[in-house]
Amino acid sequence: MVRKALTGNHAISYAVKLVKPEVIAAYPITPQTSIVEKLSEMVESGELDSTMIRVESEHSALAACYGAALAGARAFTATSSQGLLYMHEVVHWVSRARIPMVMAVVSRTINAPWNIWPDHSDFMDQRDAGWIMAYAMDNQEALDLTIQAFKISEDPEVYLPVMVGIEGFILGHTTMPVEIPDEELVREWLGPRRQPYVVDGSSPIGVGGLTMPEETEDIFHGIQESMESAKRVIERVDREYGRMFGRSYGGLTQCYRCEDADYLAVSMGAWSGDLMEAVNKLREEGYRVGVLRLRFYRPFPREDLLEHAGRSKGVVVFDRAVSFGAWGPIFADLVASLAERPEKLPALSNIVAGIAGVNITSEDFEKLVKRFIESVEKGEKPVYFEWFRKR
Amino acid sequence: MAQARPKPPIPYDMRDSFLPGDAACSGCPIPMGWKVVRAALGEKTVFVIPACCSSVVVGVYPGQSLNSSIVHVPFAAAPSVASGIAEAYEKRGLRDVNVVVWAGDGGTADIGMASLSGAAERNNNIIYIMYDNEAYMNTGIQRSSSTPRGAWTTTTPVSGKTEQKKDVAKIMIAHDVPYVATASVAYPHDFYSKLQKARSIRGFKFIQLHAPCPVGWRFEPQYTVKVARLAVETGLWILYEYQGRRLTLSGPSRPYLDPSKRKPVEEYIRMQGRFRNIPPEALEDIKRSVELNWEWVKKLI
Repeated sequence: MVRKALTGNHAISYAVKLVKPEVIAAYPITPQTSIVEKLSEMVESGELDSTMIRVESEHSALAACYGAALAGARAFTATSSQGLLYMHEVVHWVSRARIPMVMAVVSRTINAPWNIWPDHSDFMDQRDAGWIMAYAMDNQEALDLTIQAFKISEDPEVYLPVMVGIEGFILGHTTMPVEIPDEELVREWLGPRRQPYVVDGSSPIGVGGLTMPEETEDIFHGIQESMESAKRVIERVDREYGRMFGRSYGGLTQCYRCEDADYLAVSMGAWSGDLMEAVNKLREEGYRVGVLRLRFYRPFPREDLLEHAGRSKGVVVFDRAVSFGAWGPIFADLVASLAERPEKLPALSNIVAGIAGVNITSEDFEKLVKRFIESVEKGEKPVYFEWFRKR
Repeated sequence: MAQARPKPPIPYDMRDSFLPGDAACSGCPIPMGWKVVRAALGEKTVFVIPACCSSVVVGVYPGQSLNSSIVHVPFAAAPSVASGIAEAYEKRGLRDVNVVVWAGDGGTADIGMASLSGAAERNNNIIYIMYDNEAYMNTGIQRSSSTPRGAWTTTTPVSGKTEQKKDVAKIMIAHDVPYVATASVAYPHDFYSKLQKARSIRGFKFIQLHAPCPVGWRFEPQYTVKVARLAVETGLWILYEYQGRRLTLSGPSRPYLDPSKRKPVEEYIRMQGRFRNIPPEALEDIKRSVELNWEWVKKLI
């Protein structure tokens, strides 16, 4: 184990190096670029024995990884924003073939207008694609999640591709100390590549051909079932990882000071750190509030939310993306989860903020969470939905 | 003129490579092409097929009529998926599996052009076969950039296509890949030997296979081979190989270097309903492009 000061992007590059996928294919896009630049450097210097396919587009980046994964190789790609949208067609294609692979998504606002700052719009746009969707809070978790992603993806109970998100610049280009596990240990823990079938010419196999409605539905239903079993696998992998490498995060969600909390703030990504800081201040002021941070958006941690939110007085959800004409995507899923037990429904509020990279501070969180708690305490109906704008 | 090469033997068991249960129209050139590909490249062949007639022709899950591995991929993705497969085999030390892209002209000349160019430039170890039926036949006969001038399609329904056919083989030659060839379903021996050649070369190989479509070109299904042969005999479709910056005219096309040996282009045109309303200037344009193509060939042989 070594400790290095790494940007979030380089933390992912190092994770990939430890895993050593046979094939890497990627196309540059801000703010993802430094992941593949670092990997190219590692490959060219002989530090990493992977084949780098320098493709001409993101569509081809994922397509090439898909081909490599079908052919029995571990494969990795990384992208952002427009690049992710450009490859979106293939994103769906990969999961429906049940082929394990890993992609890093360094979040950046979907354009137009041109904007390179982060929100979760690109990541959330992949919601229905059948990928396991994880999101890190800091650079260490970016590294750990990337390694875990390969293990989860290749678990026979899952056999689905995994995307790992981090915010561009906020994590992507910000340096933090990161512990890099021992390479041998990572390889040993991952074991040899596992996948449901291999296309290697040894016996005829057809993948993705014309299929009648009932059989197609079978395939889709299988993805839904595997998403459910993935919940157990994600938790098991996180526990195993904790035993092997000393860090464990809690599975699908991270519960921060929420065990005894009356109120819950729900979030995902780097700004959860600011939210936790706000919660610490509010705790000092006597507010019994905690944070439930989503580490995984798909499968959606319905059970965790029912458990924690179901026994709280109020839940405020911070979304860094918006479904125009509705509300934040996490909120929508959370309400759907809690509505399973309507008798225990807490007071609810959704705040969409930080859109297009607008900076949200811990003071902003403190103000918003406090306002929410106070309105519930006073017996008022809290703001149900608000797009919090700083001007 | 060089002596005609002896015809290579096409294995008699090539029927076993194509099984019953395909969904091809009568007279479809696709199974004709597949039989030759499979005979030439053998069992250890992986076909990467983007959206095109072949995605349907091969049959419906759980069966498939092509006795090989098939990876069906999104429309523009075939060259890049094939690149990934080829690189993975390379890394895994699997050297005896042929990776073949089998794509139509829409998937090649239009929506797949960027990824084709990318794979060619990277010189990935694949054989790319563009079966050229000169329109989007799978969606019901719409024009492609490979549709010839003057041809009726459902998106050029009144006056026929006003633009000329895009020459993809020349675009591939400009990429300076190790092997580019043209072929025709009417000349399976020629196609077979080109596939064998392609198989022996490492890197990116491109073969454009002329594949007349009875439904889309409006001729009776028993005439597929006849139409394909006429394209060569009129000099309109020239069979050649391009390798090491040199062009070699293939046996069936050699006589037509001499313009007097060529049949009139009208013979080819008149067999096809798609040219029923061809404007005279479009016909002249096609004839002119035949001449220009031969001029180009002469410069390179």
